[in-house]
Amino acid sequence: MFPELNNLLNTTPEGAEQGKLTLLCDAKTDGSFLVHHFLSFYLKANCKVCFVALVQSFSHYNMVGQKLGVSLTTARERGQLVVLEGLKSAVDIFFRPQEEPHPLQFLREANAGDLQPLYAFVRDALEPVDCGEAAWRCPVLLVDDLSVLLSLGVGPVAVLDFVHYCRATVCREWKGNVVALVHDSGDAEDEESDVLLNGLSHQSHLILRAEGLATGFCKDVHGQLRILWRRPLQPTTPRDRSLTYQYKIQDKSIFCCEPSSEPYSL
Amino acid sequence: MDLLPSNRSPPPPAPTQGSPCGSASSKDSVEWEGRSLLKALVKKSALCGEQVHVLGCEVSEEEFREGFDSSINNRLVYHDLFRDPLSWSKPGKALPGGPLEALRALDKRTGSGPATIALDSLSWLLHHLPCPILCQTLHALSRQDSCPGDTLPGEQVRVLGLLHEELHGPGPLGALSSLAQTEVTLSGTMGQASAHILYRRPRQRPTLQTQWFSILPDFSLELQVEPLLESQPPSDLHTPSVDPTTHLTFNLHLSKKEREAKDSLTLPFQFSSEKQQALLRPGLGQATSHIFYEPDAYDDLDQEDPDDDLDV
Repeated sequence: MFPELNNLLNTTPEGAEQGKLTLLCDAKTDGSFLVHHFLSFYLKANCKVCFVALVQSFSHYNMVGQKLGVSLTTARERGQLVVLEGLKSAVDIFFRPQEEPHPLQFLREANAGDLQPLYAFVRDALEPVDCGEAAWRCPVLLVDDLSVLLSLGVGPVAVLDFVHYCRATVCREWKGNVVALVHDSGDAEDEESDVLLNGLSHQSHLILRAEGLATGFCKDVHGQLRILWRRPLQPTTPRDRSLTYQYKIQDKSIFCCEPSSEPYSL
Repeated sequence: MDLLPSNRSPPPPAPTQGSPCGSASSKDSVEWEGRSLLKALVKKSALCGEQVHVLGCEVSEEEFREGFDSSINNRLVYHDLFRDPLSWSKPGKALPGGPLEALRALDKRTGSGPATIALDSLSWLLHHLPCPILCQTLHALSRQDSCPGDTLPGEQVRVLGLLHEELHGPGPLGALSSLAQTEVTLSGTMGQASAHILYRRPRQRPTLQTQWFSILPDFSLELQVEPLLESQPPSDLHTPSVDPTTHLTFNLHLSKKEREAKDSLTLPFQFSSEKQQALLRPGLGQATSHIFYEPDAYDDLDQEDPDDDLDV
């Protein structure tokens, strides 16, 4: 995990809040560093993590995780981490009997339908089991990323329903957390992406948005991170609910600073 | 529905000749959420002695009731569409009949006494029900199709709906707007929330009003005056503007002497009469040009005239 991000979010693995939906969003840049951060963060917080990994292979996440101080292989072996490796599962589904339920069942269907099988997988993976072993702190669902489901033919309302059920079960019933990455295509004509992004934003408690710089690529500043706290438990008087930082990703850390108020001179 | 300020008494029940009941929609955005305002209006209705029915689709009952005291919660009936709206869970915790039947059932539950129905949210219902069916059901809920005189003062029903504006196209938004007698659009500036309220009264012109407000931790609504926009800081005449011509490695300015020399210089391509005379009559002492050539070791000097063989 990146300790600098923890400072910005005012949180630690020991004191992580529960019952929250955190939305990760990237626009004109790669926000996957946020996924790696939260994956290592919740593993270090001793949470039971269900990771729906649709974009990269397990070995990729493991390699990055080791740089951030966690071993996904070890976590999986001791039962702390359940991974749905989408790239592998998507191929397996076509060589299994159709009667067997599969989380990515929608790939077999002409109309993508809903994501109830995927929700059932998450529910079964994170359902608290009282079997006497060391209890994990709280269940956490991490999804990388939800925009892939749109590309695979799932409608935005179906994805919103999936997140709704995850929120109702993981966040509300089991007092766990949900973290999901979604891309902002920036294309005004991509209505499905807009509906998904805005719909998730309304459901979220915390939004982290990584944006590319408006001026283009910069060697020393990789992008801008906007943090928006939403859905407070109680309404408050006007306060700063949004913070913006510029960041540079290094090998095992991230450097954040407030945007400079001086115009850059060329 | 009116935005009732906390320092005024609630209005008397409307006469039956007019529209005794009605519907109001509150349009919010990601930046300016509207659930707090919805809860504030729900609280206001409950304090007026009305029974409040909430169809909760987006948040749990515990989260919606949070912040209300027992006097409000006792008047609030929460119809839970959040836990299992699509009957995915086993055993099922869903309301029987799904979202549409849950919505229609509200009509039967508000039989006696004035009541408020709060829909949290219209966006969720719009995503899961066809727009025409939703509009027809809302129309029936707000008793807008009843003839004047049919509705008794005790059967007044007020319908409040929360709508997330960015999630829908202009068609559904327009359809829902046409149903609402009051439309509240939330925005704000400098951390201060504002409500743009469009009133549609029967046989009257629509009126538009902007009201700044804040919602207290106990969900009381507090109206505020418009915040003064911070004016631009006056340009400081004593602050020197940055001169881009400083710290240059070349000179952009000319002294008076340099300017005179420049103006008097004759450029080589300019052919003046003086230059012509000078060329035609080379002055005394004006030496002819000489070319000095120093051959090196590899030059092959041939003294013969190369044009000798030409028969010209």
